[in-house]
Amino acid sequence: MSAGVGVNLENLWIRFGDFVAVRDANVNINGGDFFSFLGPSGCGKTTILRAVSGFLEPSDGKVLIGGNDMKGIGPNKRPTALIFQNLALFPLMKIWENITFSMEIKGASAKERRKRADELLDMIALPGQGDKLPSELSGGQRQRVAIARALCAEPDVLLLDEPLSALDLKLRQHMRTELREIQQRVGITFIYITHDQGEALTMSDNIAVMKAGVIDQIGDGKTIYNDPSTAFAASFVGENNVFRGKVKRIMGEEALIQTNRSGELVARISSANQGRMKEGDAAMMFIRPEAFALAPAGASGDHFVTAKVNHEEFEGNVFNIFMEGDGGKELKVSIPNLGQSFEDHTGQNITLEYETKNAVIVPAGELAAE
Amino acid sequence: MKNFTFMRLSLWVYLAIFFAYLLGPLVIMSATAFNSPSFPRMTPWECLTFEWFSALFQDERILNGIWNSILVGAGTVVLSVAMGLAGALMLTQIWPKLRATYYTVIIAPILIPGVVLGISTLVFWDRINRMLGLGADSFLSNGLFLTIIGQSTFIASYCMLVLVARLQRYDIALTEAALDLGATHAQAFRKVLLPFMRPALASAAVLAFLASFENYNTTTFTFGEYPTLTIELAQKVRYGITPAISALAFIIVVLTVFAALFNEASIRRKQLVAEARKKATVEELESGKLRLPGFLSSNAAAVALVVVACATVAVVGTATVYSPAQCIADVQEQKRLETEERIQELRRQRELRRQQQLEEQGDAAPAQTAPSTGSGNNSGFGGVFAPGSLSGDGEAAPEAEQEPQGNSSGFGNIFDPNALSGDGEDSGSGN
Repeated sequence: MSAGVGVNLENLWIRFGDFVAVRDANVNINGGDFFSFLGPSGCGKTTILRAVSGFLEPSDGKVLIGGNDMKGIGPNKRPTALIFQNLALFPLMKIWENITFSMEIKGASAKERRKRADELLDMIALPGQGDKLPSELSGGQRQRVAIARALCAEPDVLLLDEPLSALDLKLRQHMRTELREIQQRVGITFIYITHDQGEALTMSDNIAVMKAGVIDQIGDGKTIYNDPSTAFAASFVGENNVFRGKVKRIMGEEALIQTNRSGELVARISSANQGRMKEGDAAMMFIRPEAFALAPAGASGDHFVTAKVNHEEFEGNVFNIFMEGDGGKELKVSIPNLGQSFEDHTGQNITLEYETKNAVIVPAGELAAE
Repeated sequence: MKNFTFMRLSLWVYLAIFFAYLLGPLVIMSATAFNSPSFPRMTPWECLTFEWFSALFQDERILNGIWNSILVGAGTVVLSVAMGLAGALMLTQIWPKLRATYYTVIIAPILIPGVVLGISTLVFWDRINRMLGLGADSFLSNGLFLTIIGQSTFIASYCMLVLVARLQRYDIALTEAALDLGATHAQAFRKVLLPFMRPALASAAVLAFLASFENYNTTTFTFGEYPTLTIELAQKVRYGITPAISALAFIIVVLTVFAALFNEASIRRKQLVAEARKKATVEELESGKLRLPGFLSSNAAAVALVVVACATVAVVGTATVYSPAQCIADVQEQKRLETEERIQELRRQRELRRQQQLEEQGDAAPAQTAPSTGSGNNSGFGGVFAPGSLSGDGEAAPEAEQEPQGNSSGFGNIFDPNALSGDGEDSGSGN
């Protein structure tokens, strides 16, 4: 595969009046990457996309595509193609005309366009549908037509603005794999905007987690999930249990936390915060529900948590136990169902254990809203 | 149950009255175009004739008026649709705080009386003309130019209203998508926005043309050397009205019906085709074997269109071979006979009365003069508007002129319709 064209954001600021939509973003997207911006709605990720595609001029900083500064270059001159959230297929054009619109602009003949449209229709598995109107296709088919239309322009960078958000769950899961396959086949850079961490994790080579205009963390899926650098990233991506407290002692890569509710616990300091945390700092410890295991009653120590069970839930592949947690939030524990018998613990205190490498400490910060 | 049927009945009656009110005048006017009397009327029905159509097409002023109206209409359509589109685009792009103000300003010409617009157009362009030092025959004081400009001032606002309604449904992302795919702004406008706006542009164009065609009060100040149809009609009606105007009305009605039916039929046709396409399978679409519904199938408007077209062809065909000369001659002959009969009758009555008078001479004569004064005046005034007054039969005033003798009415017989009617029988036999 060719290396593709990379995108760099350097000290990018975007302001609307007094409102700062994007604050000092620095992102380096490698050519041929599938790169996702992940964040809750209103965090500025679509704004970044519009700055890359050329619909918005940055207030400050630079957008570089393939190393060239894009300042003053309009959307129609940039080597990017954008797939809109609502797809924006031209409602009065047939599918093949939609797909080859970029060729029509360049003055290609109808015959050439038809031929290219048929190739692309084969690629998106919609052969023979070229003469329909967009309104005659289903949501998933329209989705694929929008991708074909963008690819027909032969962009170096394909920008996708939550293109799957309008689809139902089944179709969304199907389109995830399909998008990833298309990306690997054409080998160009994809920049993907989503608020769905599942989409971001399954498809992306790299993810940037955004919060209120600020990029919190950039890394691949595993890093983001297992080694979050901020409380926001830890709580936004996947389910997580939080323990608030203060750092009592630093022990190499690990630290001992004096938690508010569960005594002293040990966990690993996240890589990004290694060497930055001091004793006495306010800290948060995160443990994933699936990182817990049931421990013998009465066991205690720096990797045991005891709490009262509020209620339980059987989900099929896992048992979920909800316990009294920290700061009004419930503590969720997921025990894999391996066919073992499982007794009801509601109202009892139970003890859980975890491996310290699976718990991570970050400086105290704002959590993602549920 | 009884109540319910009564409700339904009254609803139908109401509808009948309503449509009679709406369409009755048009129907009657259309019918008068085919009746032979030279004043447009439906009763008594005399002869079926098409002569008023040929009279219409031989009337230079009407034809010239139609031509000018079409010229002005075309110019107004181009100018006001363009201005309306620009105004509508501006409305969607403008800074939101200014939108309400902008809307009021742009809608204001609709609220201003057309007379005011006409005068102000005239005054304004006259000033400009003088400022530029041009003469009275310059382009800026040309009637065609002034009329188009004057009408467009408010017709553009109508167009804008029509276009804004469609534009509000436009997704600006479509333009962005076109730009993103490499189109220039002009290309995005031409290939994406304009096709989307096409139905509204067509409606706006039709609206603008009709508004221009029927406009009188603005045009009356600006037409100059180019009197439009409405101006010509207004001037003509001052000197009396003929069924040729009914013929024109009939043609306009028929054209309107045609346009409406055609529009309706094509809309229905589009729906049917879309339905058929939706039902079609991929193979059918692929192989081109898709059977589209026939033009007339389940399309009432199309059927009506064909029927009206056939009827029109039949009528025009009849008109070219049909000659009402015989009928008109018959009617005239009959009228002449009736007139003659009445004259005979009148004579006989007079003869009778003269004999009576001779018998009672002396005391009865002064008593009879007084009432005859009043009746003489009445008949003189009432007879002017009687359509028959010019046609040669004196039926309007056979009774009133029993005693016209003695010049007691003051004006003599000047206002007596029969004075013009060419039969001098009664004046001759009066005394």
